[in-house]
Amino acid sequence: MVLGEWRAQPGRTLAAILAIAVGVGLGLAIHLVNRSALDEFAGAIRSVSGAADLQVQAASSAGFDEDLYPILARLDGVATASPVVELRARTDGGEPLTVLGLDPLRAAAVTPNLLGGGAVGGGGEGGVTTAEAVFDLDAITLSPAALQQSGLRVGDQVRLSAAGQSASFRIVGILEGVSGDRALGVIDIAAAQWRFDQLGRLHRLDLRLSPGVDRSAVERTVQANLPAEAALVTPQSEMRRTESLSRAYRVNLQMLALVALLTGGFLVYSAQSLSVTRRRPQFALLRVLGLPARGMLGQVLIEGVVLGLAGAALGVVLGVALAELALRLLGGDLGGGYFSGGRPPLVFTPVAAAIIFGLGVAIAVLGSLFPALQAERIPAAVALKTGSGESAETAGQPLPWLSLGLLAAGGLAALGPPVGGVPLFGYGAIALILAGGVGTMPWLARGLLGPLRRLRSPAPPIALAIARLWGAPRQAAVALCGIVASTSLMVAMAVMVTSFRGSVEDWLVQILPADIYMRLDPGLTLDPEAQARLAAAPEAAAIEFRQSFNLRLSPDRPPVQVSARGQAGAGAGEGLPLVGRQVTAEGLPAWISEPMARLYDLSPGDRLTLPIGPGAQAQVTVAGVWRDYSNQFGALILDQAAYTALTGDAGRAEAAMTLAPGVEPATAIEAFRARLPPSIAGGADFAEPREIRAVALRIFDRSFAVTYALEAIAILVGLAGVATTFSAQTLARRKEFGMLRHVGVRRGQIMQMLATEGALLGAVGALAGLTLGVIMSQVLIHVVNPQSFNWTMETRLPWPLLASLAAALVATSAGAAVLAGRGAVADSAVRAVREDW
Amino acid sequence: MIPRRAFAGLLGAGLIAPATPGLAQDRTGAPVFAPVRPGRSLTFPADHGAHPDFRTEWWYVTGWLQAQGQPIGFQITFFRIRTGADTRNPSAFAPTQVIFAHAAISDPAVGRLIHTQRIARAGFGLAEAKVGDMDIVLDDWRLRRVPDGTLKAYAGDQAFGLDLSLAPTQPPLLQGERGFSRKGPRADQASYYYSLPHLKVSGALTREGRRIAVTGEAWMDQEWSSTLLDARAVGWDWAGINLDGGGALTAFQVRDQQGQAVWAGGSLRGPDGRTTIFAPGDVRFVTRRQWRSPRTGARYPIARDIQARTPAGPRVWRLEPLFDDQELDSRPVGPVYWEGAVRTEGGRGYLELTGYDAPLAL
Repeated sequence: MVLGEWRAQPGRTLAAILAIAVGVGLGLAIHLVNRSALDEFAGAIRSVSGAADLQVQAASSAGFDEDLYPILARLDGVATASPVVELRARTDGGEPLTVLGLDPLRAAAVTPNLLGGGAVGGGGEGGVTTAEAVFDLDAITLSPAALQQSGLRVGDQVRLSAAGQSASFRIVGILEGVSGDRALGVIDIAAAQWRFDQLGRLHRLDLRLSPGVDRSAVERTVQANLPAEAALVTPQSEMRRTESLSRAYRVNLQMLALVALLTGGFLVYSAQSLSVTRRRPQFALLRVLGLPARGMLGQVLIEGVVLGLAGAALGVVLGVALAELALRLLGGDLGGGYFSGGRPPLVFTPVAAAIIFGLGVAIAVLGSLFPALQAERIPAAVALKTGSGESAETAGQPLPWLSLGLLAAGGLAALGPPVGGVPLFGYGAIALILAGGVGTMPWLARGLLGPLRRLRSPAPPIALAIARLWGAPRQAAVALCGIVASTSLMVAMAVMVTSFRGSVEDWLVQILPADIYMRLDPGLTLDPEAQARLAAAPEAAAIEFRQSFNLRLSPDRPPVQVSARGQAGAGAGEGLPLVGRQVTAEGLPAWISEPMARLYDLSPGDRLTLPIGPGAQAQVTVAGVWRDYSNQFGALILDQAAYTALTGDAGRAEAAMTLAPGVEPATAIEAFRARLPPSIAGGADFAEPREIRAVALRIFDRSFAVTYALEAIAILVGLAGVATTFSAQTLARRKEFGMLRHVGVRRGQIMQMLATEGALLGAVGALAGLTLGVIMSQVLIHVVNPQSFNWTMETRLPWPLLASLAAALVATSAGAAVLAGRGAVADSAVRAVREDW
Repeated sequence: MIPRRAFAGLLGAGLIAPATPGLAQDRTGAPVFAPVRPGRSLTFPADHGAHPDFRTEWWYVTGWLQAQGQPIGFQITFFRIRTGADTRNPSAFAPTQVIFAHAAISDPAVGRLIHTQRIARAGFGLAEAKVGDMDIVLDDWRLRRVPDGTLKAYAGDQAFGLDLSLAPTQPPLLQGERGFSRKGPRADQASYYYSLPHLKVSGALTREGRRIAVTGEAWMDQEWSSTLLDARAVGWDWAGINLDGGGALTAFQVRDQQGQAVWAGGSLRGPDGRTTIFAPGDVRFVTRRQWRSPRTGARYPIARDIQARTPAGPRVWRLEPLFDDQELDSRPVGPVYWEGAVRTEGGRGYLELTGYDAPLAL
């Protein structure tokens, strides 16, 4: 019987299955991609930090004092401490790589994978002969990726630049223990300190603990011995940091996928409702034949389970395929820009797949539950007698209090705080508003169609259409719920993305006021003399030199970006897109970005200690908060003169140039480059704001590519749902058309009636979807985004998109109704009428 | 002696640019190693301390312990190696000196050596060999001389630990010409070398967390040099025996490819303190029995006769190992060799046999 029903309605069944499959597939794909990326990223971390039990990391690239090394090495419970100098370097070919300066004898006990075959502990054959390279200060061992990237081979010389110095090394081996595409080079720690001007400084201490010690006790002792410029990092906290990098982005995508699944649920509901309605006589007959009411419920539920199983199974296949494709096309962060480089291999997680599969089935069953209950309640006698597929609509629809209650609850939930950095209440609000909104549809449909009834003498087909929709709003609502759900979600996303993009564009204009921006390669800096030479260029009206570096303020959080900027005579806060109030700071002022203010709970007037400068205890006062979209983990701006006074670092690696009137940017760049010291000129990048803006927006669009794709899929599923639902409803009304033909309505008029009905329903759906979507977008803009990413934005409505969406909906609805109607009306009027008697 | 010196020799060869002038030229900043010359008199306690200008140096403690009535052999060894690293490097990590240490016990009940080793570049007080008196630190391992002249030694890991006091009972025994000990036919193939025989041992041996009080008798050699072996040398044999009644026998030979002695030497100090220094022709190692290592396949002449010409006429000491398998595999840092507790009628000590697994590449 189930099969019979589905054979009769293949389109609708397929749409329901597909909807579930798309939801399950998207959810699984996003999960798998992230899992794979995180695994890869964690692997990369492990390969750089080796097998260390604990790690102490410098708060900034300035490192910490090497005297910490013997202090930690002597602590009880620390078996071995391996000191590390970590530098961002560039080969003479320009390829970036991380250079680690290690003491191989210590690393052998803590991080043996960071040693090549030539080192002690590498276990080469012949034993002692392998020790040759151990203390070779001119030797470097490269990871396979670094070798491949630079096209060098073992035995070649390679010249490296880092921290403004350069030195040549002979490649003596391959770091087989460093997997993946991590470009890494290992040199001796003494060479690293000497050649790259890091005397007395370390960036990392990798610790191996004695077997059997109380790990947390050791962590506490280590912690107690750390200066402010160093922080304890455990593999767990590192992992947490990695996850927190992309967590909000990931959760957002995941929620979107679940929303797609929810849309699938609505489609199942609408398909099953129609199917139940259509089968009323059949069910009634079964009841009369003695099948208990429970049996009806059971049958519809089983149909739901089968739909769900088929959809979810298809979804898992789809999900794995999508994940594979996404990893190949977008990389591990789905274009989010969180993990640099690398296409991680797909990691399949059966548990997650099972959970999402189960969710898919559950939603399908849930979608079938209401129609099933309805089937159970079919009074046999009445249904048999009317012999009609139409449900008996209760005349006056009461105000949908339940739905209004859901909407109100959604509004309240939107006020909730984030849970563990994830705006769960925000998503809850969206779900509640969606459910409530869909629930009000019958009432809304009547309300919207009401005025049409008062139209004076409309053409008969239109009058018929209005009368029908007015008379059977629940059925109209069933047809609408899928489309309203998908439309509103799409509108919400579109409004959010448009608002975000608009705000970013405005921000880019504000934050990039100069004519040309210059940035030097990592490790290169301009000393004051070079700065003065550059500033003296006649092409420049003014040059603001800047220095920026990463500073870790909390071991579990990614570092914040600290920039020293500001021109002489003007505060560093000048020209920043400030939000909120400002204070005149006592002492050193600092301007912090919006994400930093939210992450570290700071507001203007608050004091903050930065681990920089002598004693690593620079006290600054928050003078203002500025809008920043470029650094999700926080950024802080210091006055450049104050920065130099604090740290003694007068070098600058960035500059913002305002050109003298009439100077062409291209000419100016030539002139500036010529004024740079020859050793630096090759490592300087000049860009015009125009280019920077274009690049920034390209990155923005890329990171939202997945979001756009999700939206498109949601809307396609929604439209498919509309099409199949309308076809079904139209086909079910054969006898009605036959009747109309008998009373003299022409075939063309019936088609007109159907088109009107479809268009009206589409219009109602579009209107409801747009309204609901805009409401939900406000939750996304004012709750979800600030809570996930710590930034705010201003609402902008994408009118062309909204208008074309509405038009597409109306057209699809009308078109689907007409297409289905052609088949239904083609039958001879007599046959259509006879069929039912 | 050079023997135990196996490590130093190999580390010297492997880790460090040789100290020959020819190689020193291609790198300015290469260290200049102090030469070993006759006529320098050793002064104590200063010469118990390190001599960082020389290329290699070792403090080599071997001996017999009584643990719960059972004899157990032990060795604790610290090496200091001056590397060929650029001396201009101002980094505190500049690997100019490396400290290596080794500890092993020979328990007949186990039937093979239990050993462990450490190595670190000197610096930060974590690995240092002090100048002025004996105090060598390598993480938690240490060998130092306390003001009353006693040596305190600690070495070990999870499997075993040696925590010993070694009290001298005799004045230092200066080897060779008042501490100048020739090691080869060339005059510059020599080392400064003295021994502390008949050290009275007390302390504890920890095994798998169980601490056992021990007593015993030990022998310490300290030796430093910048020049290593003759080109023909493939290995060496060494023995140091505490003779009952207070005498001390030292014997060594440097072997060539054919197993012939390139150089030999040693000494015999009587209970009265009178010392005979052996010339190369005065001492011979004669093999009675070989043992083949099942792990490396190397054949070691573990049962030897030491024949020596003494003022009292020719003497023979028949050395018998405590047990056969006292092979020590110190790869990848050091070589594979045999270092074991041996006894002879009227004496106990240690025998070292190197270059039997593979010629020591120098």
